[in-house]
Amino acid sequence: MKTYYNPEDLKKFGAIGELQKSMADKFFAYYAEVFKEGALTAREKSLIALGISHALQCPYCIDAYTTDTLEKGCDEEQMMEAVHVAAAIRGGASLVHSTQMMNKIKEITM
Amino acid sequence: MKSLKAQLHGLADPEAELEILSERHPGGEANNFRTHLERIGLYPLRPTSLEVFQINLGKMCNQVCKHCHVDAGPDRKEIMDRKTMHLCLEVIRSLDSINCVDLTGGAPEMNPDFRWFVEEVRAIRPELKIIVRCNLTIILANPRFNDLPEFFKKNRVEVVSSLPYFTAMKTDSQRGDGVFDKSIQALRLLNQVGYGRADSGLVLNLVYNPSGAFLPGPQSELEAEFKKKLWERFGVEFNALFTITNIPISRFLEYLIRSDNYENYMEKLLTSFNPAAAAGVMCRNTISIGWDGYLYDCDFNQMLDLKVASADSTHLSDWNAKALADRSVVINNHCFGCTAGAGSSCGGATA
Repeated sequence: MKTYYNPEDLKKFGAIGELQKSMADKFFAYYAEVFKEGALTAREKSLIALGISHALQCPYCIDAYTTDTLEKGCDEEQMMEAVHVAAAIRGGASLVHSTQMMNKIKEITM
Repeated sequence: MKSLKAQLHGLADPEAELEILSERHPGGEANNFRTHLERIGLYPLRPTSLEVFQINLGKMCNQVCKHCHVDAGPDRKEIMDRKTMHLCLEVIRSLDSINCVDLTGGAPEMNPDFRWFVEEVRAIRPELKIIVRCNLTIILANPRFNDLPEFFKKNRVEVVSSLPYFTAMKTDSQRGDGVFDKSIQALRLLNQVGYGRADSGLVLNLVYNPSGAFLPGPQSELEAEFKKKLWERFGVEFNALFTITNIPISRFLEYLIRSDNYENYMEKLLTSFNPAAAAGVMCRNTISIGWDGYLYDCDFNQMLDLKVASADSTHLSDWNAKALADRSVVINNHCFGCTAGAGSSCGGATA
């Protein structure tokens, strides 16, 4: 069955450089730098990445960062809380716009 | 849960395991462990000085862990007898290069001659490091084991214990219901006699291994996390955490195949192959003794029935230190487990 997403394609991520090498090289170097231990631990960064993966609904990222957070010693409870952070921000982003709706209601109703 | 052997499972047969490791290896023969060692100039893999004398006192255990590479459990009856222990003592007495006797199982304490043997080793080599790989719950399994912490202390035995995580859910899913709570109780008993306490000189190390088809993270980070959580939540102290990669044999191999994770896991081990970890593999300074006295390069080879490649010296009864020093280590594709990422050994990360 053909689908748009194939888990095997995640392994080919590095191949994006075949069509544009210098940009891909810069991207992957940047990516590696971002995920290094810094002011945030590698573990904290991985949990943030897991949350964002869900906000972006990227199946490759979800596979990659579910594995990565487990490898970094996170447990299922911590991982699900990270997803809830993403969900809260996504939900909140919709809901906070209702203030615009409420403004408009005030503007055009008696 | 029964052992694979008691279930008459096909993977209780080492030949069936080796066939999978060969036939289903990603990339086939051109990508096998030998080829990887050849590329970095490490083939044939030669031993260094023999320092660690690891003895498997038997496959009997009070637990049946899902990932156990020994396929140990209460239904396994193979244990080392006193005659074979005497042969071990002869080698320990005669070979100065041995600086560590590492006792494993099963639950080594279930061997009725365990205490006698530890006392004998301590008597003949007073300064030698003696390690017991204690599953913790054995201390509470029967009143006759309750004084093990005192026994370990008296004989200055270093305790190494598995604790896959600092929560019950993850620990119990791997090691059985109720194991986490009992492990914490046992750790407290060990702490009470001084184990894991700063400056006590009584060493208590923990082993972390992943509860699934993924690699362990950085040892130092996990150790810091374990120390913080175990102290804050349970008032438990320990010295060091060893991260150990699950080797694709026995029950873990059965899990990988059943869960359709085998190829992906092997690919992960292959892509994480680390030449520095390969140079530091434990089989180079270790000899592993089976419950029946046969000699192996490591405990994993022992479970795959891959005896040392030393025709004149494959059993304690024909121990020949020179022949063993001249041997090459027997390798196969399960060895990728020890060379992935930061490396893995019975003492944790190696690179």
